[in-house]
Amino acid sequence: MLSVLTDNWELFVDGFWTTVRLFLIAAVLSLVFGTLLAGFRVSPVPALRAIGTGYVNILRNTPLTLVFAFLVFGAPKMQISLPTFFWSAVIALTVYTSAFVCEIVRSGINTISPGQAEAARSVGMTFMQVLGIVVLPQAFRAIVPPLTSVMIALLKNTTIAAGFSVAEAGAIPAVMAERGQNQMATLVWITVGFLILIIPLVFLQRWAERRMAVA
Amino acid sequence: MSAVLYDVPGPRAKARNRILNVIVIVALLAVVGWVIYRLNESGQFAERRWIQFTYSSIQQELWNGLLNTLKAAGLATVLALLFGAVFAAARISDHWWFRAPATFVVELFRAIPLLILMFFFYYGNLQFQLGIGPFWAVVFGLTLYNGSVLAEIFRAGIAAVPKGQREAAYATGLRKNQVVRLILLPQAITSMLPAIVSQLVVLLKDTALGFIITYAELLYVGKQMGGRLQYGFPYIPTYIVIAVIYIGLCSLLSVLARYLEGRSRRRRKITGAPPPSAAEAATSAEAPL
Repeated sequence: MLSVLTDNWELFVDGFWTTVRLFLIAAVLSLVFGTLLAGFRVSPVPALRAIGTGYVNILRNTPLTLVFAFLVFGAPKMQISLPTFFWSAVIALTVYTSAFVCEIVRSGINTISPGQAEAARSVGMTFMQVLGIVVLPQAFRAIVPPLTSVMIALLKNTTIAAGFSVAEAGAIPAVMAERGQNQMATLVWITVGFLILIIPLVFLQRWAERRMAVA
Repeated sequence: MSAVLYDVPGPRAKARNRILNVIVIVALLAVVGWVIYRLNESGQFAERRWIQFTYSSIQQELWNGLLNTLKAAGLATVLALLFGAVFAAARISDHWWFRAPATFVVELFRAIPLLILMFFFYYGNLQFQLGIGPFWAVVFGLTLYNGSVLAEIFRAGIAAVPKGQREAAYATGLRKNQVVRLILLPQAITSMLPAIVSQLVVLLKDTALGFIITYAELLYVGKQMGGRLQYGFPYIPTYIVIAVIYIGLCSLLSVLARYLEGRSRRRRKITGAPPPSAAEAATSAEAPL
């Protein structure tokens, strides 16, 4: 059981390192892009709102695997070439996850009662001050727990990249099958690896929930 | 537009918004135009890339893929609901030796990536010759993951029924079984329905993972159709068709979820019941992925 891990240590380390890189890059990009989209969805310009709503409705109802397939098999046919499969995966994960981030940020902003912002405006705060000092700090409280859930889901979704030629943790079983190793032991070790990555996130979520609940 | 962020616009803000609106629409049209130009330039609208969809054998192939997707999703839905019901019942048990293993199982299956769960059945079958095809790998994987999420939804839904209901039921001398079955469940079901249906959308979307373990569902069929030389590798036309099917199906379910959510909210207002507690808010805010 243990020898399956130690004999193929490098394969596991490389795989999980790619997973972590994929996760971190896609997480940062989807946070930025998702927040931007949320900005679209609460903006006073109708066309921007329509773009945000359309994007979210389409992407939330599309399987992530289809997004991957489109980018990996479809995009080259349009003569849009992405540098490597790794970056195709990053883009697919970002495009998909930002729709969920957008919804969370938007509903977080909407949990703030309008009176808060009206009071802030009536004491003469500018738009940026209202946003930065009054609205966002309060919205943050409602945003953090569900956002952590989305990030956990993103981490788990990185495994889909294995089906599209990215050598991350989900691709380990295929290599191990070629090496004729014990598949069940391999999968158990991959599970352990994911638990090691996910459990800190779960505790972070619980901690944030408790901390935010006090205020 | 969010009332939190902006005052009601005055004449100047209105004029500015109108100008911005026009600029955004022009930019959007430019982007759409560029995409269409690119598609056209690379010959994606050429007749030979679309003609296969008029052939009845190809339509049959697509239809079979769709049926396989629906078959896996339907069976997994039934099994996941059962799994969820059993494990939710175990999680609200008074006996810790019931509760602890159920909690462990639910938490574990929620933490494992769904694809890895499917791999367990897929490679398990290859290694031990269990005689289960990729279909069952997809169904079992979906059942374990979504069943665990549903168990959590059920548990949270029951926990969110106002405490007084439970106390009153116990006070009239009902047993725990009766309290849950007669008092708590009927009330919890309405508030849980939107979350359940959203989770079923997730389940339907995740059948597409079958593509990776060679289950012949819609996306897998699409890959085969896209790889045909005689139609000029029509990946893009095929994926457009498939995306329309998936988005249509999932949107129908999403609309149902939204309708149910609106209905239960309306009902709550009429009965004047207390606002949903934190536990329930947490389940509905949890983004289904």
